[in-house]
Order: sequence, then structure tokens, then C-alpha cells
Amino acid sequence: MATLNSKLPEGSIERQWDTHRFNLKLVNAANKRKYTIIVVGTGLAGASAAASLADLGYNVISLCYHESPRRAHSIAAQGGINAPKNYANDGDSIWRLFYDTVKGGDYRARESNVYRLAQVSGNIIDQCVAQGVPFAREYGGLLDNRSFGGAQVSRTFYSRGQTGQQLLLGAYSAQIRQMAAGTIKFYPRREMLDLVMIDGQARGIVARNLINGELERYVGHAVVLATGGYANTFYLSTMAKASNATAIWRAYRRGAFFGNPCFTQIHPTCIPQSGDYQSKLTLMSESLRNDGRIWVPKKKGDPRKPQDIPEEERDYYLERLYPSFGNLVPRDVASRRAKEMCDKGYGVGSTKLAVYLDFGDALNRNGREWIDEKYGNLFDMYHEITAEDPYAAPMRIYPAVHYTMGGLWVDYNLMSTLPGLYVIGEANFSDHGANRLGASALMQGLADGYFILPYTIGDYLATSKFKPVKTDASEFVAVDRETRGQIDRLLSIQGKTPADDFHRQLGKVMWDHVGMGRNRAGLQKALKMIPEIRKQFWNDVKVVGGSNDLNSELERAGRVVDFLELGELLATDALHRNESCGGHFREEYQTEEGEARRDDKNFCYVAAWEFKGEGKKPKLHKEALKFDYVKPSQRSYK
Amino acid sequence: MNFTLQVWRQKSRNDRGRFIRYQVRDISPDASFLEMLDVVNADLVRKGEEPIAFDHDCREGICGSCGLVISGRAHGPNQKAATCELRMRSFSNNDEITVEPWRAKPFPVIKDLVVDRTALDRIMQAGGFVSVKTGGAADANAVAIPKAVAEEAMDAASCIGCGACVAACKNGSAMLFVAAKVSQLALLPQGHPERKERVLRMIAQMDAEGFGACSNTYACEAECPKQISVEHIARLNREFLRAKVT
Repeated sequence: MATLNSKLPEGSIERQWDTHRFNLKLVNAANKRKYTIIVVGTGLAGASAAASLADLGYNVISLCYHESPRRAHSIAAQGGINAPKNYANDGDSIWRLFYDTVKGGDYRARESNVYRLAQVSGNIIDQCVAQGVPFAREYGGLLDNRSFGGAQVSRTFYSRGQTGQQLLLGAYSAQIRQMAAGTIKFYPRREMLDLVMIDGQARGIVARNLINGELERYVGHAVVLATGGYANTFYLSTMAKASNATAIWRAYRRGAFFGNPCFTQIHPTCIPQSGDYQSKLTLMSESLRNDGRIWVPKKKGDPRKPQDIPEEERDYYLERLYPSFGNLVPRDVASRRAKEMCDKGYGVGSTKLAVYLDFGDALNRNGREWIDEKYGNLFDMYHEITAEDPYAAPMRIYPAVHYTMGGLWVDYNLMSTLPGLYVIGEANFSDHGANRLGASALMQGLADGYFILPYTIGDYLATSKFKPVKTDASEFVAVDRETRGQIDRLLSIQGKTPADDFHRQLGKVMWDHVGMGRNRAGLQKALKMIPEIRKQFWNDVKVVGGSNDLNSELERAGRVVDFLELGELLATDALHRNESCGGHFREEYQTEEGEARRDDKNFCYVAAWEFKGEGKKPKLHKEALKFDYVKPSQRSYK
Repeated sequence: MNFTLQVWRQKSRNDRGRFIRYQVRDISPDASFLEMLDVVNADLVRKGEEPIAFDHDCREGICGSCGLVISGRAHGPNQKAATCELRMRSFSNNDEITVEPWRAKPFPVIKDLVVDRTALDRIMQAGGFVSVKTGGAADANAVAIPKAVAEEAMDAASCIGCGACVAACKNGSAMLFVAAKVSQLALLPQGHPERKERVLRMIAQMDAEGFGACSNTYACEAECPKQISVEHIARLNREFLRAKVT
């Protein structure tokens, strides 16, 4: 039975990581080549981990469902990456980044982890520059910084609006260098379908070759999951289409605990949905809220064009509700209020699920050229997608799911509750607590992969005993058989409905009842509806084609199976957490002004869920959170 | 909107392949090209037929997965856009649209519209990196880089590796793809220690993969969704010459 030991180091927080690193056992340089580590996923966390482990001398097996490591969804991150270099001389420090991140996470993250993250973040920038990542620079040739949400200092490094792309290509270059050297064996178009445990240790995986459909067995001494988040549980999100939760969900079913599944983040400035055909949502940088004013008509269902609605008939509701922060309230607050206005019937556009983001004042004040220089690319993107000219009429925006703070529970060493199974990047329950600050996801992914996992995994390898295992071991055979069984079952149902339809149904339930505003009745309803959809899925799904070649319908159906289970756990966690914090807003727990009301007395813990078997209730384990350095306080933006 | 599609269907690498005609009805002009294909595929699945296979993922023009030749143009009629960014309003009602995979010898068809572009990764493996290990890097501000140089390197680095340049080139050349990486690392001081070996190895690998030569038609630049300039090819040629003669 797995137990919850977070292995947090003792002593003053500034020295914890140093002390811990010193106490970690090392693997002798000549012995490293005797160990094989399987890394699943090639985003920022996976690519940086694979490259760094190979640098050290380990044999690395790397897989991803894409044709190339460079296509992982980290590539889509726009804004930037935080590091407290204090190049701007504005008073930044490791301590300040630590403080901002703990507070931004609404006091639901571990202080020790967050402090370490802040400590190593400076090294990331150094590493990336050495790789040739073209960060933005000032005229003097030094690196430029910009400001981002939740911070009062300029600590965000960026490459235009393509920071994720440039950082990923840096990590990719480190990975392909090792592929050329033969220390990383890379397998493209492979999807991990299950984890293989042998004698209580994670020793391998079963993956499907997406080209020829064969199930392949990979054996190693440890398994690292860097497979990203589970925002696609909501169907419509800003995630890549194939981004999925199968790897972490299968690991959960094998005994890895799932931490804080209900902590999901919803970004306020996305382009709204325009029809049922829509496959995903597109995010626009939150910097738009610096100069755009958000409003809805005061009259419900006002049929007039926005330009024809006079000033006194507009409700600038954020400015009304939050006079001091106005349109610049944090992401969770802005998102929730937009939904509330639409739910009350004030939404705009053909679907009535949008609010206006109006640049009229800024255009009158500063002129088109000024706007163009600051936001030109975002205005172009909006124009391209909606065919509406945002210079002539206000933009329409609506919130969308775009990040999950929850994930597999890991200890300070980034190891899950299963020995030898490590989880890094967005896939773990992470250092962001209940809400992630902008420009911190890239930081965490690369911190885990470059500077944390390579040390901590050595301690496990050095202190564990491994029996020789081959891919014909009975445990591999059994997992292979189960995986094949599910594929055969999916193909044999031959119902009437494509898997995507069930995914959409699930997404609607999740969004309506487990989205931005959650309440007991809605969550209970969701917990009834999700098993219903699951039942219908297993009765009526139609998967065409066979299992012996590229079959995107089969891939999709397998992913939907896991989303249909994960959605239920997400709702279960949301129902149990009788408080509001960060991205988790329970309508019953709010202040008189409608703000999130945390309950530190009863819920200051990480909820780690243990799988107890098909159709059985998962078991809740609690890891108490202690705040010795940052005093929890109520957030207010009035 | 309604359309007639002529879509390339090919069961596997060795299948001959052929165009199949599909009538598509009631498509929103705001749908992306890939969302239009989603609708076609959902109908096919309901009828029990195999859907059209195509590569895609981020659907916001940055991952480089998608890539279709649409009525003869790589990524379709719009400039500055990958296939996933193309909207159906760019077409006229009742248009007949042909949809094909990238056509180039080093990009064999896997199925329908999905091709194998791993040749591009092998070119990168030959030298598209700076040989630095994790750890031990100097402070990020230790070397100043003029803003204009950093910006030009960023222009080159914005390549998404989609392969449209190869598909658009009558010679099936990967020069723009190779040039983007060689140019980025030739501009930045971090790339200088290995610049000679890099350009020689990457060009050798490009040739070994069977990509064609460049004959300066600039078709690559015209179809590049990131509008990477052929000036980077000029820099690649200079780098190559320099490496050969010095």
C-alpha cells in the first residue's frame, strides 16, 4: 500500500535544496550507462529531462505520439518565462518570486517546492541562451524583460509571442544532439497505453505504434511521465487536439495517487466559440486587458451593434465591481465574472456566450499606430479567425480552459507514490497550488527537466535493487493482454456514435457543472451524468477501421475512455473541497462581495486520490500544507 | 457553404492512391479547413467508412504538424498561414477543392494525407544544435548580442518545420528549412564554435535524404507560413562556401 511521504527537507528554506542534493546518493559515472530511463513525452519537461539524463550518461528511451519531438504542445506558449535575475534592477529576488508564486497559488502549494523552483529558474535562462535561444534584447545587447500578471516586477524573458516555441526548440536541440550520439533512442508516433509494475517498481510501459498498430514493450529501471495536463477533459480548451491524459490516468489506475484534480485554470481572453463544428479554442495574450475595456449591454439580449450602443447603456462590470483593479483583476476573477454576465443573459454575439473587449477609448486616446505596435499581431489573429475588424468594432472574448494545476501526486523528488515512476511538468500536481501565474508553466517544465529530476532520480537508482527484466516477463505479457483487450473491445462495439460525440457531451457537462463556477447540486448532477455518458459510450461507440494501421478514430476512442473516468474524479475532488481557492470556485463559499473564500482550517492540504478499483470510490489521502514563511491572507482586488 | 472535395486517399505507403470525391454541405464560413475535414470525417464514420487521415495538433499555426496541398498550394491560398489557420471563407461557395499530401521523395506517404517528415529531424541531428551540456552555462547576460542580430536570428528561428518549403519547391529542396537553422546559429555567437561542421554536415544529410537542389524560384518563401526570407538561403550558401574554402 502506497503511503504519502512528501520527503520535504528540514532546515531553513534557503538551504533545503542544497542540503537535500548533498544527501542524495550518487550513481558512479561509469555505472550510469547500466541504467535505462524511459521518458514519455517530449515537451519542455520531457525533452529537457531526456537530454539532461543522457548528458549524465544514462541510456534514455524517449517516446511521443508526434512524428517529431519538436511538435509537443509546449510550443504554443506565447508570453514568456519567469526568472528573478533582477536585470531590471527593480527589486526582484528569489524570495520575491517564491512569495508571488505561493500567494498567486492561493496558498495551496508546498513552500519547499516553490522555493526550489524560484532558486533554479535563473539557471534556465542561462542554459537556454547557451543553446542559442533568441530571447528579446535591448539596444545595448542585453536581455529584455517584461511584466506579467501577478507580479510587480519585470522578470519575464520572452521571444516575441513565441517563447514556448523557442524554449522547446532549445530543449529539442539538446535532445537531438543526444539522439545523434545514440544515448537517446527516440521512438516517434508511439502512444503510451499502460505502465508495467514489476515487484513494486515501475519497470516499463506498453505503447502503441501509431503507424502499424503494434503494441510495443519498453523496459527500463525507471519511468518518467512528461505527458502534459488534462485540460482536454473539457473537450474545448486551448490544448492541442491530441493532448490527452491516458499516460497519467493509466498510472493512476496502477496505483499512483492523483493530486488536486479539481485545480484547473481558465483563461479570460480567448476567442469565443462560434459553432458546434469547433474543435478547439484560441487564446490571446492577457496583455490585451491593459488597454481594452470589458463590457456588456445593460439590456438583456440587446440586438444593436456594439458601436450603436451608447455609453450610458453599457455595463463595464469589472470596473464597476473592482474600482481599483478594474479590467486587470486576476484571471480567475475576470473569467468567473464573464460567465456570470452571460449566464444572466447579458452575453453578446450569435451564441450569447461572449463579452466585449473594447479598444475604442485607447484608439481615441493613443491612435491606431500605437495600438498596432503593441497589439498588432493579436489584432491580426482575431481578424483572421473571426473575420471581424477589431479596429472597427470591439472584440468578443470568452474564457477557456487552458492549464491544469492538478496532476499525479509527487514527492519532493518528483517521484509518484509508485517507486520508480517520476512525473514532471504539467503532468504532476505541480508547484502552482490552486492557480498558476503567467509565465510560470515554462519555468516549471524546464526546472523539473534540466535541474531537478536529473539529481533526484540518481538517488533512487543508487539505492534500489533491480532484478533483471526482459520484455517477455509475465507482468509485461499481462499488461499487453489487457491493453489489447481494450482495443478489441472498442473495435467490437460497432455502435452508431463517433467517440468525438461522447467527448463533446462530457465536455459540456464538465464546462457547465465543473467549470468556472461550481456548486454542490451541479457537481452532484455531473457525477450522475458522467457515468451515464460512459455507459452509453461502451454501448454505442463506433470505431471504424482496424487495429493494424494508422487509425485516428481508435486513438481518439482510447483517449475518450480515460477522459470519461478522469472527469468523474475531477468532479469528485471539486465536490469534496468545500471552499473556494484560486481556480476552484465553489459558489457556496464566497464572501459577500462574491469573492473566493478559502477555508484554511479545514482544507489547507493537498488532496491525493487513490484508485480503489473499477466502480469503487477512490480513497482520499491528505498531505497537510504548512506555511512557515508566507502568511496566508485573503486576496482582495477592490 | 457547400464544397466539392477531391481528396487523395492512399491506404498505406505501398498503395497506389487515388482521388476520391466528397460533397460537403452546410459548412460555416468561420470553420477552419481542418474543422471542415472533421465534419467530413464524422459523416464517414457514421456511414462506417474510414475517415481521411491527416496530421494536425495545436491548430493554431505553431506546432507544424498540419500540411496539405490545397488546390495546388502548400497550406492553401492564404499567405502567412498554416493549413489549420485557413478559414473556409477564403473559398467561394460551391468551389471544387483538391486536397493532397506534401509531394516530395523524402516525405513518403504513410496514409492518405499523412506523410513521414522524419528526414527533417535527421538533418537537425546532423548539426542543428549547439553542443552544450545541461549546467555550467555562463550568466545569460555575459555576452551582449546586438538587438538587430538577435531579431534576425529570431526571424530564422521562427521556422515551424512543417515542410511547406519542400512541398512548394519544384526540386523538392529543403534549403529554406536548413538555412533557417544554419542562419540562426551563424548569427548568434553561441553557434560560432561549430559553424563550419554544422553547415557541412547538415547539407550532406540533406543530400543523403534525397532532397533536391535550390534553383532560386523563391516558391519556398512564398508558401512559408512564417514568411522566412530566402536571404537566409544566401547566408547558408556563404556559410557553406566559407566552410569549404577556409
